[in-house]
Amino acid sequence: MSEVILKADSLYRDYITSGGLFKPADVVHALKDISFDVKKGETLAVVGESGCGKSTLARILTLIDAQTSGALQIQGEDINIKTHKPTADLRKHVQIVFQNPYGSLNPRQKVGDVLEEPLVINTKMGAAERRELAMAMLEKVGLEPVHYGRYPHMFSGGQRQRIAIARALMLRPKILVLDEPVSALDLSVQAQILNLLADIQDEFDLSYIFISHDLSVVKYIADRVMVMYFGEIVEQNTREEIFNNPQHEYTKTLLAATPKASVDSIKQRLGVS
Amino acid sequence: MTDTQTKQIDQSTVKAEARNAQKQVFVEFWHYFSANKGAVIGLVVFGFMILVALLAPILAPHDPGHQYRDAFLLPPAWQEGGSWSYILGTDAVGRDMLSRLIHGSRFSLFIGVIVVSISLTGGIIIGLVAGYFRGWVDGIIMRVMDIILAFPSLLLALVLVAILGPGLMNAMIAIAIVLQPHFARLTRAAVMSEASREYVTSAQVAGAGHMRLMFKTILPNCLAPLIVQATLSFSAAILDAAALGFLGMGAQPPTPEWGTMLAEAREFVLRAWWVVTFPGIAILTTVLAINLVGDGLRDALDPKLKRS
Amino acid sequence: MNVLEIQNLTVTFDTANGPFKAVDGVNFSVDQNDILAIVGESGSGKSVSMLAVMGLLPKTATITADKIEFEGKDISNLSERERRELIGKDISMIFQEPIASLNPCFTVGFQINEMLKAHTDLNSNARKERSAELFELVGIPDPTKRLKSFPHQLSGGQCQRVMIAMAISCNPTLLIADEPTTALDVTIQKQILDLLLDIQTQNNMALIMITHDMGVVAETAHRVVVQYQGRQMEEAGVLDLFENPQNPYTKALLSALPERADGDRLPTVADFASSFEQTETAS
Repeated sequence: MSEVILKADSLYRDYITSGGLFKPADVVHALKDISFDVKKGETLAVVGESGCGKSTLARILTLIDAQTSGALQIQGEDINIKTHKPTADLRKHVQIVFQNPYGSLNPRQKVGDVLEEPLVINTKMGAAERRELAMAMLEKVGLEPVHYGRYPHMFSGGQRQRIAIARALMLRPKILVLDEPVSALDLSVQAQILNLLADIQDEFDLSYIFISHDLSVVKYIADRVMVMYFGEIVEQNTREEIFNNPQHEYTKTLLAATPKASVDSIKQRLGVS
Repeated sequence: MTDTQTKQIDQSTVKAEARNAQKQVFVEFWHYFSANKGAVIGLVVFGFMILVALLAPILAPHDPGHQYRDAFLLPPAWQEGGSWSYILGTDAVGRDMLSRLIHGSRFSLFIGVIVVSISLTGGIIIGLVAGYFRGWVDGIIMRVMDIILAFPSLLLALVLVAILGPGLMNAMIAIAIVLQPHFARLTRAAVMSEASREYVTSAQVAGAGHMRLMFKTILPNCLAPLIVQATLSFSAAILDAAALGFLGMGAQPPTPEWGTMLAEAREFVLRAWWVVTFPGIAILTTVLAINLVGDGLRDALDPKLKRS
Repeated sequence: MNVLEIQNLTVTFDTANGPFKAVDGVNFSVDQNDILAIVGESGSGKSVSMLAVMGLLPKTATITADKIEFEGKDISNLSERERRELIGKDISMIFQEPIASLNPCFTVGFQINEMLKAHTDLNSNARKERSAELFELVGIPDPTKRLKSFPHQLSGGQCQRVMIAMAISCNPTLLIADEPTTALDVTIQKQILDLLLDIQTQNNMALIMITHDMGVVAETAHRVVVQYQGRQMEEAGVLDLFENPQNPYTKALLSALPERADGDRLPTVADFASSFEQTETAS
């Protein structure tokens, strides 16, 4: 039985919109009663459409936002960034990869600096050691050492996503939060990145929290699936159960709405036997 | 091939790649900049000005402060009564106009550089703090900036100079304070729009603190509009210094600063047109050149204007 | 008769690094009532070819073709005025980012009114009525009230419906939809696609759907054109394409679909690259 590496218990995140002269302050519940856990080496997919709170959840899990109430435990340690500022050690546990390969890299930073920045901030390594690690990581994600000196805009979307993944791995995290990492990529590039993610999950013994709205990708990569709607978890189960036996209405609607690229559905539409 | 050898080969190719990458960035910049012909002309003229300023002692035919007792108010060489040893004529106390103009270019460039440096630095820091921290810090800072902007710039500069005392250094400080809110505003706007981008969040997740986020992550991406504003402020600084000099509150005579030269020449407008016109043309040409360069820079640096 | 016929369309851009060929020798035709999907990844030139037909490319683009004909008439060398009469009325286009495609300063009612004013002879009241009618047609609830909304007050899906209403307001013969649902949530995507198909059947329009999503292709198209880096790789009926792809790139694209995965690794286009690179040099 794998150990539980992340545990969320009744997380709430409220935003208070300040009232003006004529209206009272309003409370927006971005996350309501979120409870789940992630085991070592597993991939939990978080599925939902815009406004479901998945980005808010990602911010809380990567220690840049605090929950309003509820408990978050990472590797047994209690997390609340409002009360205890996260230490460098804590940062090493969770890192993030974003959706937009064109916005998630600093356009003014060379790739080498992008990769070394987490090390500069959190460790006391010397320049030579950092460079060695950065070069090694570049090769791990399928890029070349000569890319070290280039700027992000000189790379394609898929390559930039590789750089983003490499940066996330520099601190050797245990958990990787991936916020729609392949949604903005072409189909062929998506396949490469999904293969890369599978490879490094094995090599680095990572747990993934994979946020996506694309159910075909989720079906391929997830072990367990959590469906979110308007800040709440409406269904949470293994991949097989969610896809073959959806319980909640919203899950069923999502499954029905996903376009299927299959010969059978074409035949059905065209009325061909 | 041994491990160290591969590493060494990697290092030199990596360095070569890095240089290549920077060269490519410049080549692309130049492609867009040179598409604006006016900007290129402006750049050439401005470059010429810099050269003149640097080589002033060599280029100037006479000492700018030397008064030739036998050559008061001589007209330019091509006019009747003029002489080829004083090509652009002389002023009321017999100083060679050409030499004074050449040395004056040093002052104008000096003024532009100092004023822009002071207001750029101050404006960036203020705008960065305001745009990054938001809230009450932002509110207080921007209200102060609004107050400064509410005054007519020259009037405010005059008041400051009156407090600090006339002189070129004080005039420059006054102009810098007056120009600084423009930079603060621009920086604040750019910081606010960049601060919500994902690469900033990535840096936060990596553990970056406030200082690093402000200066190393966000600021380098806000520079484009600031560079353009800096060129425009350069010309504004020269004009304001000339105006202050004209009013007697800036550079004091006998400094060959173009504005001060205009001030001294006020009474000779009808009698000796060259004493007024040539400093005026010098100011006009320099300011025009800088503005053209600023236009070209904006075209080249603004990503939204990129056409392909 | 073919509504749109394109032969050997080539578009070259003048860039900082020299001329760049975005579209290279593309041929296809669309008939009335036909739904053609143009599928490709980024850089395939799928949007650029349609923008070239509409005349919406910047001046840095050079467009050449053996034939660009709309309803039998050559439209490659129209004057500005003639083009303005054609675009919006007979050929219409909707784009990917619905909120960004609408002018944020004006109400949606004003914008659709502009469209009707430019291309029809209706008077002010008739235009208002037609606007409300169109909004109802595209499924916007409470249409008369919604006419007074600004784009930022509407959701992405609703903005796209407004775009569609504007696009069909003058009963075009051809509608080009450039990734109309890519920026939308999955459930909204389904609604918008269904809407497009309904309208297409009702108005007997020809529809060109530009997309990178094979699922959307499977659920909407009759015929498919596959593009890769500006070149046309394959043209076939949708069932033939999915059952029996001929071109190695099409095969690669289909097998990269996660739903077709059998096993741990997804085959990638690179695994097939050698075969279709060679096919090009041979032909």
